[in-house]
Amino acid sequence: MEQIIVSKTLPTNYVTQPGEIKSSTGKTLRTDEMIINMGPQHPSTHGVLRLEIVVDGEIVVDVIPHIGYLHRCFEKHSEHMTNYQQVIPYADRMDYLASMSNDWGYALAVERLLKIEVPPRVEYIRVIMAELQRIASHLIAIGTYGIDMGAFTPFLWCFRDRERILDLFEMTCGARLLYNYIWVGGVSHDLPPKFVEKAKEFCSYFKPKIKELNDVLTYNEIFIKRTANVGVLPKDVAINYACSGPMLRGSGVNWDLRRDDPYGVYDKFEWEPQVGKGEMGTVGDCWDRYIVRVREMEQSVKIIEQALAGLPEGNVQQAIPKRIRPEHGEIYVRTESPRGELGFYIISDGSTSPYRVKARSPAFVNLSVLPEISRGAMIADLVAIVGSVDIVLGEVDR
Amino acid sequence: MGLLDYKFENSNIVITSLDNLLNWARLSSLWQMQFGLACCAIEMMAASASNFDIMRFGVIPRATPRQTDVMIVAGTVTLKMASRIKRLYDQMAEPRYVISMGSCSNCGGPYWEHGYHVLKGVDRVIPVDVYVPGCPPRPEALLEGIMKLQEKVRKESLVKKAV
Amino acid sequence: MTPQEIHDNLRAKFGDAVIEAKFDVQQPWIRIAANRTKEIALFLRDEPAFQFDYMMCLSGVDYNDGNLGVVYHLFSMVHRHKIVLKAFCPKDNPHIQSVSAVWGTANWHEREAYDLFGIIFDEHPDLRRILCPDDYPGWPLRKDFKVPEFYNGMKVPY
Repeated sequence: MEQIIVSKTLPTNYVTQPGEIKSSTGKTLRTDEMIINMGPQHPSTHGVLRLEIVVDGEIVVDVIPHIGYLHRCFEKHSEHMTNYQQVIPYADRMDYLASMSNDWGYALAVERLLKIEVPPRVEYIRVIMAELQRIASHLIAIGTYGIDMGAFTPFLWCFRDRERILDLFEMTCGARLLYNYIWVGGVSHDLPPKFVEKAKEFCSYFKPKIKELNDVLTYNEIFIKRTANVGVLPKDVAINYACSGPMLRGSGVNWDLRRDDPYGVYDKFEWEPQVGKGEMGTVGDCWDRYIVRVREMEQSVKIIEQALAGLPEGNVQQAIPKRIRPEHGEIYVRTESPRGELGFYIISDGSTSPYRVKARSPAFVNLSVLPEISRGAMIADLVAIVGSVDIVLGEVDR
Repeated sequence: MGLLDYKFENSNIVITSLDNLLNWARLSSLWQMQFGLACCAIEMMAASASNFDIMRFGVIPRATPRQTDVMIVAGTVTLKMASRIKRLYDQMAEPRYVISMGSCSNCGGPYWEHGYHVLKGVDRVIPVDVYVPGCPPRPEALLEGIMKLQEKVRKESLVKKAV
Repeated sequence: MTPQEIHDNLRAKFGDAVIEAKFDVQQPWIRIAANRTKEIALFLRDEPAFQFDYMMCLSGVDYNDGNLGVVYHLFSMVHRHKIVLKAFCPKDNPHIQSVSAVWGTANWHEREAYDLFGIIFDEHPDLRRILCPDDYPGWPLRKDFKVPEFYNGMKVPY
């Protein structure tokens, strides 16, 4: 019976010989593949994702993701809204962990379609909000990833730190999770009086917390053993499957839309996109994607401090158009959300409501590479891989 | 002073009715099914984290429906997911309760008008005990929903069947 | 390369598979034939002067004049240039050649376009619905879609 090597790409090759396993009595046992359902309700799938796993013993032969359990018809709603601004609450609810980024992506697309400029104060406020949102989103990604691996404490620490960010957001626009804050042409409310001090306080509070997190989780031997060399995503596969964000940067590609396809005022600040280097295993494994997120949080704190220091004065609502009626045309604009490249393709037919809005969601595209990177892993590794992709089902299904 | 302290003042004998005792036991340890669908799930997770701490009410998240008392439907219910929710509800053991958290599972939420794939309210497939409004409701609102459910459990009786 | 040069190169190589183009808009686009998208896509990906190795987005559109269309947004990580391609097909016979063999990400995008618009992609390895349930009646994002009254016993409208 020939030996079948299940995976050639992983450093550890799990070898199996289907059809011939000798039992202790010397007789051979026939084996078969089994199909297991990791159903829509599961503690580790980060939402309503269904994975159909074809296993040979404990080794995964194929994974077929089934999505659509949270398809909420965003595109249909955006066609029927009477105003471009009314689409923003629906865009919020797509990626509910990073609402500010969604709002900004859509507002930027409409602004480019209308060819309007926003005042500099608005640009700075948007950058501050987006970077705070990036930290909040990565905190959840890290906390839930830890809890998937079995570490409960970092989850509570991350949520506690996230509550401080949500306090800042609540002070500004009144909502904790879904803000409807960044509007086409400006923002809905100006920053309240004490915001700048409180944000600076948060930045100085948060920097030692990242160090604590590293001590407890990142360099923990159990965590490293569970995530290093698991789910390796090679560079060319990542680009072919259009992965973006920490998934792409974790595989060693130095690509960040804030620097390479610029929008906003990111070019005024000093910061570096973080790239995975394979410190604990191979380049492009789960640990790399995780460490890219942790280091991005540090960079975000840097950007926020610089933005707070250079915040200009002005009226945040002066550029908001009274009536949004773009001319015939279409545009595709992409921004860097915490999960990757969030793109909006808007077609306008000259009326006050959009003709077609297509949201290109990073989690949808990143999830499609899951079958490629999980062949040959074990079921417990599959949990680690799904956690490292950092999906939000609201965005996958829209 | 808690419930037991009053009774234990003079002697170490507590006299109560069986109804009261069972209801008190049930409402103090409502184990919930870890079942978050959409944005409200994040507020549910925040409610179980340290700032709001739902565990002090006795509510522990369990992964399997067989061991839970209450299912908090947090998030939008779509047509594809509705049959799975019904199945999960059927798998829970009685007495079982359902809290519908958030506007989407109460009545369809912001997707009521043009949602071709959204079920307008989870009460179209399973019976709901408490509705918590909000989009998303604050964790404190969810805690109030749990307290309202506890009030409802407190009034139950062994003679009438609790569904 | 500018969109004009890309268009001229494509027309030189493929002739009438490149039907028309529009350059005086913010994002110029090129219309290609629906039955030859795969060859053109392979050429655009592998030719050293173009190297469009990153497909940013693939969207279906209903143009409300009896035509459905697919819009491809391509990007090159090497040369940092972008191009938009469009392919149209009639609503009663919507067939477009699939590009999922060229870019792996097109697999799921095309399944979504099939799910929401009913565009059938020829040579797609696994064309089935991805977001809506498998037995959902109709193509939801078409402009003439009517919401079904009942689905599996559940009332759908409010």
